[in-house]
Amino acid sequence: MNRVSNALLNLRQMDDLACKDTPIHRIHPLAKIVVTLAFLVTVVSFGKYDISGLLGLVFFPVILMALSELPGKVMLKRLLVLEPIVVGIGLFSPFFDPREMIFFGLTISAGWATFLSILIKGTLTISAGLLLIATTGIDRVAEGLRMLKIPKILVLQILLTYRYILVLIEELSRMTRAYFLRAPSDHGIRRDAWGSFAGQLLLRTYDRAQRIYISMSLRGFTGEYHCGKNRPMRGGDWVYLLGWCGFFALARWMPLAQLLSLGLKGVMNP
Amino acid sequence: MSHHRVEMRKVSYIYPDGTTGISDVSMLLRHGESVGIIGANGAGKSTLLMLLLGILFPAAGEVLVGDVHVTPKTVSSIRQRVGLVMQQADDQLFMTTVYDDVAFGPRNEGLNEQEVAEKVKAALETVGLAHLGGRAPYKLSGGEKKSASIATVLAMEPDVLLMDEPTAGLDPQARRRLIRLLNRFTHTKIITSHDLDMIMDTCDRVLVLKDGELVGDGAPLALLSNSTQMEEWGLELPLSLMNCPNCGAQKK
Repeated sequence: MNRVSNALLNLRQMDDLACKDTPIHRIHPLAKIVVTLAFLVTVVSFGKYDISGLLGLVFFPVILMALSELPGKVMLKRLLVLEPIVVGIGLFSPFFDPREMIFFGLTISAGWATFLSILIKGTLTISAGLLLIATTGIDRVAEGLRMLKIPKILVLQILLTYRYILVLIEELSRMTRAYFLRAPSDHGIRRDAWGSFAGQLLLRTYDRAQRIYISMSLRGFTGEYHCGKNRPMRGGDWVYLLGWCGFFALARWMPLAQLLSLGLKGVMNP
Repeated sequence: MSHHRVEMRKVSYIYPDGTTGISDVSMLLRHGESVGIIGANGAGKSTLLMLLLGILFPAAGEVLVGDVHVTPKTVSSIRQRVGLVMQQADDQLFMTTVYDDVAFGPRNEGLNEQEVAEKVKAALETVGLAHLGGRAPYKLSGGEKKSASIATVLAMEPDVLLMDEPTAGLDPQARRRLIRLLNRFTHTKIITSHDLDMIMDTCDRVLVLKDGELVGDGAPLALLSNSTQMEEWGLELPLSLMNCPNCGAQKK
């Protein structure tokens, strides 16, 4: 199977994961979106050297992973795909900020602390986004966004872009398969074929997207995307929302890692 | 007047590049009729379907569904009454589950979730896919995809059912199941296909298109068994009417 087909399977796997039936999957999408946003705000609110504070927030993705029964290996693979971007962003920090600082009893350069902080922040925010999609699904995320009064056109844009990516990868998969069947010794698409390949891909996906749009129009689509699963927020949803927001507030003002280390010291030296 | 009546009066359509889609076509389909539209590639079959649904509008003549002219203003009400099953099921199945795909039309009609669920259940039971509602469409077999795409249209309870090459790409058993399914429907049906045996099994009237013109209209057996005429139209006899390939014995 070529890499394009793999990408398609990976994307569809996220849709499959969102169809699971666990306590986390059953939470109202609005509650999950607000909690994710609160988490992101909390993560980015920490200073660039404040690594110990960030460590407490690791509980959020870990607990969510465990309760939603998502396969760790699959989620880790998705996370690692985006990790090089985070590394790229923080890579030069050690060169620009050579001051020394004490970190957990060790003397390191402040640049390395910044790099570590960017790495942790990136990992936490990406995992929160992945968990939201994998436990909610794009349709229900859209439903939640509409409840948050995000403009219809913007939500529709997100949904159709997501669908268009699938169409694009499907067509790309067919074209690359056809190409390599007739060019078995090539390791990649030859440079002189790049132009026609990209042009064909655009035309084919446009054509396919047009047919899908016609199919949607014929079934009454006029611009409003109805997912049909909207129910009011219930007690459990509020507990989830307020519970996590409370936890984030606690983690922000009372760094959990420090509390835990103090607690451990207290236990070891009574 | 029946809402299930479909009429074309001297309809012509020319594509922007100057190609003639259909030319001066007139026809009247009555309530409950099952009509096959046949013709060689490029004869105008798909153009005709698109004109009936208001995806294209005629350059000349008029198209009526019931008593309503198909115009940009009436197109949304026309589409509630006329359902199209597309040739490629993948174009019709774009949601994450079969249930959501079938529910897409009823939800757009503004029905509440209970009514939607009833319609989806009825449509999936009709096509024999009630157990696959939670399945992702891409995981279905070709025959199941075709049945699911029919269910997406049935859930909207159309008066007229249009089908573009419904048996294309199906294995023999899936094809036979689809023919049985089509024969159970009491809708007015318009089926375009190159599968002439399926047309014989499901339709009680056949229209023949050639180069955009309507050149034949009659009972399937009478039209499709005339080998000379079929050859003139760029077609061949259905397999079930051909002589034995081994001994040449003629069909009775």
